[in-house]
Formats: sequence, C-alpha cells, structure tokens
Amino acid sequence: MIAGLRAINASPNLVSMLSPEGVLSQHPDFPLEVTTDLVKSLYRDMCLVRRFDREGNALQRQGQLGLWVPLLGQEAAQIGAGRALRSADMAFPSYREHGIAWCRGVDPTELLGIFRGIDFGTWNPAEKKFNNYCIVIGNQVLNAVGYAMGQKLDGVLGDDDAAEATMTFFGDGATSQGDVHEAMVFGAAFNAPVVFYCQNNQWAISEPVEKQTRVPLFARAAAYGIPGIRVDGNDVLACLAVSEWAMNECRTGNGPVMIEAFTYRMDAHTTSDDPSRYRLADETQAWKLLDPIERVKAYLARNGLADATYFDEVQAEADELAARFRKHCIELESPGPERIFSKVYAEQTQQLRDQEAAYLEYLDGFVDPEISSTESVAGAQAGARS
Amino acid sequence: MTSTAPNNSTMTLAKALNTALRDSMAEDNKVLMMGEDVGKLGGVFRITDGLLKDFGEHRVMDTPLAESGIVGTAVGLAMRGYRPIVEIQFDGFVFPGFDQIVSQVAKVTYRSQGAWKMPLVIRIPFGGGIGAVEHHSESPESFFCHIAGLRVMACSNASDGYHMLRQAIALDDPVVFFEPKRRYWEKGLVDVTATSEHSLRTVLRRTGTDCTVVSYGPSMAVVLAAAAAAETEGRSLEVFDLRSLSPLDLDPVVESVRKTGHLVVVSEAPREASITSEIAARVTEEAFYSLQAPVIRVAGFDTPYPPSRLEADYLPSLDKVLEAVDRCVGF
Repeated sequence: MIAGLRAINASPNLVSMLSPEGVLSQHPDFPLEVTTDLVKSLYRDMCLVRRFDREGNALQRQGQLGLWVPLLGQEAAQIGAGRALRSADMAFPSYREHGIAWCRGVDPTELLGIFRGIDFGTWNPAEKKFNNYCIVIGNQVLNAVGYAMGQKLDGVLGDDDAAEATMTFFGDGATSQGDVHEAMVFGAAFNAPVVFYCQNNQWAISEPVEKQTRVPLFARAAAYGIPGIRVDGNDVLACLAVSEWAMNECRTGNGPVMIEAFTYRMDAHTTSDDPSRYRLADETQAWKLLDPIERVKAYLARNGLADATYFDEVQAEADELAARFRKHCIELESPGPERIFSKVYAEQTQQLRDQEAAYLEYLDGFVDPEISSTESVAGAQAGARS
Repeated sequence: MTSTAPNNSTMTLAKALNTALRDSMAEDNKVLMMGEDVGKLGGVFRITDGLLKDFGEHRVMDTPLAESGIVGTAVGLAMRGYRPIVEIQFDGFVFPGFDQIVSQVAKVTYRSQGAWKMPLVIRIPFGGGIGAVEHHSESPESFFCHIAGLRVMACSNASDGYHMLRQAIALDDPVVFFEPKRRYWEKGLVDVTATSEHSLRTVLRRTGTDCTVVSYGPSMAVVLAAAAAAETEGRSLEVFDLRSLSPLDLDPVVESVRKTGHLVVVSEAPREASITSEIAARVTEEAFYSLQAPVIRVAGFDTPYPPSRLEADYLPSLDKVLEAVDRCVGF
C-alpha cells in the first residue's frame, strides 16, 4: 500500500465537517456557526492564497526568486487555523505559512524578499503578531511556548475578548526534532496557552511520515498530558472549528492543545525538490479528489449559495492579486551594502562601524560602482538553481 | 541603581553574582531567572540562592531538564517583553542549547531589523581547576565569539562579577556570560554604588614596561601572580583583563604593545581558532612595526579537557606564563 493512500483510508478519529462532495455536517465536540458569509470568505481566502502561491512558483521558475515554498493543498489547514486567531493572539510560523500570513494581515508581497534574497521578511513581527519565518526545523515551536509563558505571566488569560493565546505551526517532519518534544514538555509543565498546530502533509521532503512516527501524530499529545486532535486538514470548516476550540481552551487557561491537520502537500517541498523521485502519481491523484477548495465550491454551488458570477469575481480578484504580487517582485530593489551591517546589535558596535566604513570606502574606489553588484546577482541566480 | 548589599563590602564572586541578580530583579520586574535547579536548590553553585524565596516561582523558574527548551522558551519570553536570565549548569552542557543560541538568539534582532530586541543573558560557569568529571571543565567561549549578534563576557573577580552582570542584564542584546567557576569562592571588595557603565571595556590591571600580558576569566589571577613574581626577578609586566570577549576592546592592548613591543596572551581554552588567535592576529595587523617578537600564546592544549588528575598540566600556570614571557622578551 502506498504511504499516502493508506493514510487516507485509516483515519477513524478524523474530525471533519464538509465532505469532499460538499455535504456539511456539524461535529458534536466542535460546534461552528456556519453562515454563507463565513463560507464565502473562507473560499475567497483560499482562492487568493492559492493564486499568489502559484505565482510564487512561477516567479521562481522564471528566475525572479531564488526559491519558493509551495503551500498547494494546504490552503484549508492554514486558512482554517489562521482565521481562528484574534488580533491579540500570536503566531509562530515555519516557512510554508503563506496562508497564516494572509490571515494575520501580512501582505503577500512582504513574503517575497525572503525568497528573492533581499531581506528576512519586512513585516513587523511584533505589530502583526506574526513572527518571521523560521527555517531551522522546530526552533519556532519552543519560541512560541516561551511567548505563551509570557502571556500567562502577564495575566492576559480569561474568557473576555482581551484574552490571548499563541499558535505555532510545524510539519510532520518537525515532530522528530528535539525542540518540538521539548516544547511540548515545557508547554505542559508551565500550562502555557499555546496551540501546537502540526500540518501533517505526509512528506518531509522525501521522507514519508512513517519515517517520523509509529503512532498517529495527534496520539503523541497524550504522552505530554495534553489534548491531541486530528482534523481533516483539507476541510476548512473543521480546521476553523477545532482551532477556535483549541485557542479558547488556551485563552481560558486550559492549554496547551495539539492539533494534527491531516493533509497533503500537492506540490514539491520547495522549488528545488523533485517529488517524482519519491512518490507515485496515484497518490497525488487520490488526494486531488480531496481538494480543499473544490469541496467548498461544491457546497456553495449545490446549496445555491453562490453562482458562477461570484466564482468568476473571486477568480478575477485572485488574478489581480497575482499581478500585483508579480509586479512587486520584479520591481524589488536590492538593498545597499549598509544592510549587511544593520541591526546586528541593538546599537552598532565600534567593530562593525569600522568594518562598514572600510567596506563602503573600498566600494567607493571603483570607477563603475555597478561592478560588484552585477557579480552578486549572478551568484544569487546560480544559487537558485542548486 | 540601588543595591541590597552594603556599599564597599567584601564578598565572594558567588555572592557578588547573586547580589547582581537580586538587585536587577528588584529594580525591574521584567527580569526573570530560569534554569535547572535555580529555584529551591539555588543553583548547583548556589548563585541563585534565596531568589525564589524573595521573588516567587513566576520569576525564578525551575525548568524541565532541557537546555534547548530553556534557551528557546527564553527567546519567546524576551519577545514578550521580559528580560530572562538563564543558567546553564556547566559549560559542557550548553551544546544541546547551541542551536537555539546560534539560530535564534543571535539572529532575531538582525532578521527582524530591530523589531524584536533580545535582552537575554545566558550564564555559564566555565573553566577547569575544580577536579570535576568530564564535561564540567570546558572553555567554550570561542564558539560564541564567532557568532555575530551575541555579546560574550567573562568576569574574573567579585567586583566585575557584580557590575558586568548588572550591565549584561541591562543591555538589549543577548549576552553569553561566562563565570569562572574556580573563582566563585574568592573574595573581593565590591563597590555597589559605582556605575556599571564601563565594566565591559578592557581594563588595565597592572602597569609595566617590558611585556604586555592579556587574559580574562579564571586565568587572570594566574597572570597577576606571575606579574608579581616577575617583578621580583626585575621584569615589569603590563596586564590587561579583557572582560568583554566579543566585541573585543583591543585599543588599550595595542597601545600597550606599542610601548612594550611584546605580547603574551593567556587563556585556558584550546589554542587553535580561539580568542587568543584573534588577539594575536589583530595586534599583528594593528601594531606590526611595534612588535619585537611574535605574539606568544599560553593556552589549553588542542585536546579535549583531560581527566582532572591531569588538569594542572593542562591549565596555564604561573610558570607557564613566566616561561612564555621569557621567550617573548628574549626573542
């Protein structure tokens, strides 16, 4: 049996609300008030995020980005979770969380600099309550627990609107990292208001989830003494319902909670990856039938809640976003060499002042100041193909 | 700044560090202490003794036994506006937390272009000389000096222990703070009313004319004893204590070398690719024509720290320092 197909067929504990055919049913433990406006807005979010994600892929293929990390197939897992966060809540992403960024009000264009090699994300993580992307697998999960410990120390828990919690995002591969284990130990030891949101997309680059665990990932939560829930990660309503429940548990002081969003990475790990070397087309095809956007579209259409005009409007809006995204990418200017020395410390040290001054003086010595920057662009493009 | 300790009192380095923690916590309720055994036990070296009683378990946190967890959660607490101080029990145990220190602690400010400050102090008892078992006597400071975004400090006496730790806690940058464990019980005069402001600059410990000697942390006492012994033999050593290992304040050292023409650098860390290497290179770059001899290093061997019955052979000693000075001056 193929790894991913077996996983589809063996999910007795899966929390789901919206079937692949677009049939809605409530879950007794995770009630959600499902209005047409809510479903439409979730549909729109997923379409827009998918559209700029595809544009990111294309921009990499055209040499405009050094790398892109596709989220294709994980739109529901991210929009469902992201929409459960309130403005005061904090989010600690990994590096595939373009949908969470969207929900935190980070403009998609702010994600481009990381992959074009210009910056590490230009949004203000303290203001947006969305941390910078974290490339080292699992580091951010511990940082999130610490932040949540701070929320608890600040006494911002409770059942009023001002209560806060933290959600952190990681993949199935990250669950093998010591940091994720330590994070759950610390989270439990300090009753931190943190939701551990694992997007199990079945593959850690080429390693199947079987290489990470012998039990379902959500079942590991029991070992830390915290609730573990497996939700259909391709079902945006179920992801929203479970995430809202979990965040409320944390806000009222009953955290932490672990959620395993059971989903599938429809594209490569990154644009440098070649999934055809390690997985079969059958597996991808089987998951395609579970597409997170199509089932919402089916629900809206079969219940007469939206017509072709609505779907066309959303698509047009998505195309406009993609065009703006592309234009912004191509027009991004490389930073000046001062950026190298900027904000290494809260205040620049004398040593760095000296190095910066010496380097700028060296650059001034060139007749044609473009020479050195031309070399660096060639280097970045070579790196992008590696 | 006000202190709980009487002015100009004589205290051990351990007590001075404890007083610095206590004073900083009393002054700013965002200052937290966390680590293994720092609460009821008061730390394995008792540096946090009594803090739990005075500040409560929310500010003095006994943590699970996991160094990456301690450092990684401190990062999040700092983002939340706290000023965590973490204790690593022994030098050789910092490595499970090394990933968080290198990948997050050092880079959060740079990555976010200053949106996050990282006012985090990582205290590490370091160095040998206490007859301990493996992993309890290491000098890993060079690893941290190599990482941009971190500040690295090492104190050598009670007064500096107090003022440098106060200053480390006050900074908005992450600091790896090394405490020479075999000096914990040595007493010194601490003027708690003095300003801590200049405690991170290289300081002149003794003036001399024949040879400049630079050191820090546990070896400072050895170097000062060597300088006293040298004087009886008619040789005059000028001695500096670095205090801040990164960034390094080498200007006074270079100035001194221009006068003496000779430099000996003393550290118990292994010699290769170390702070002593850095000092030798920088002084050579900046004062090449003043040097009358190569820079000589007295350091640990390029081996793992040996079994403790051999540590006297491994550590810089008074005789090793004097022999190095002889070689340098007689070159």
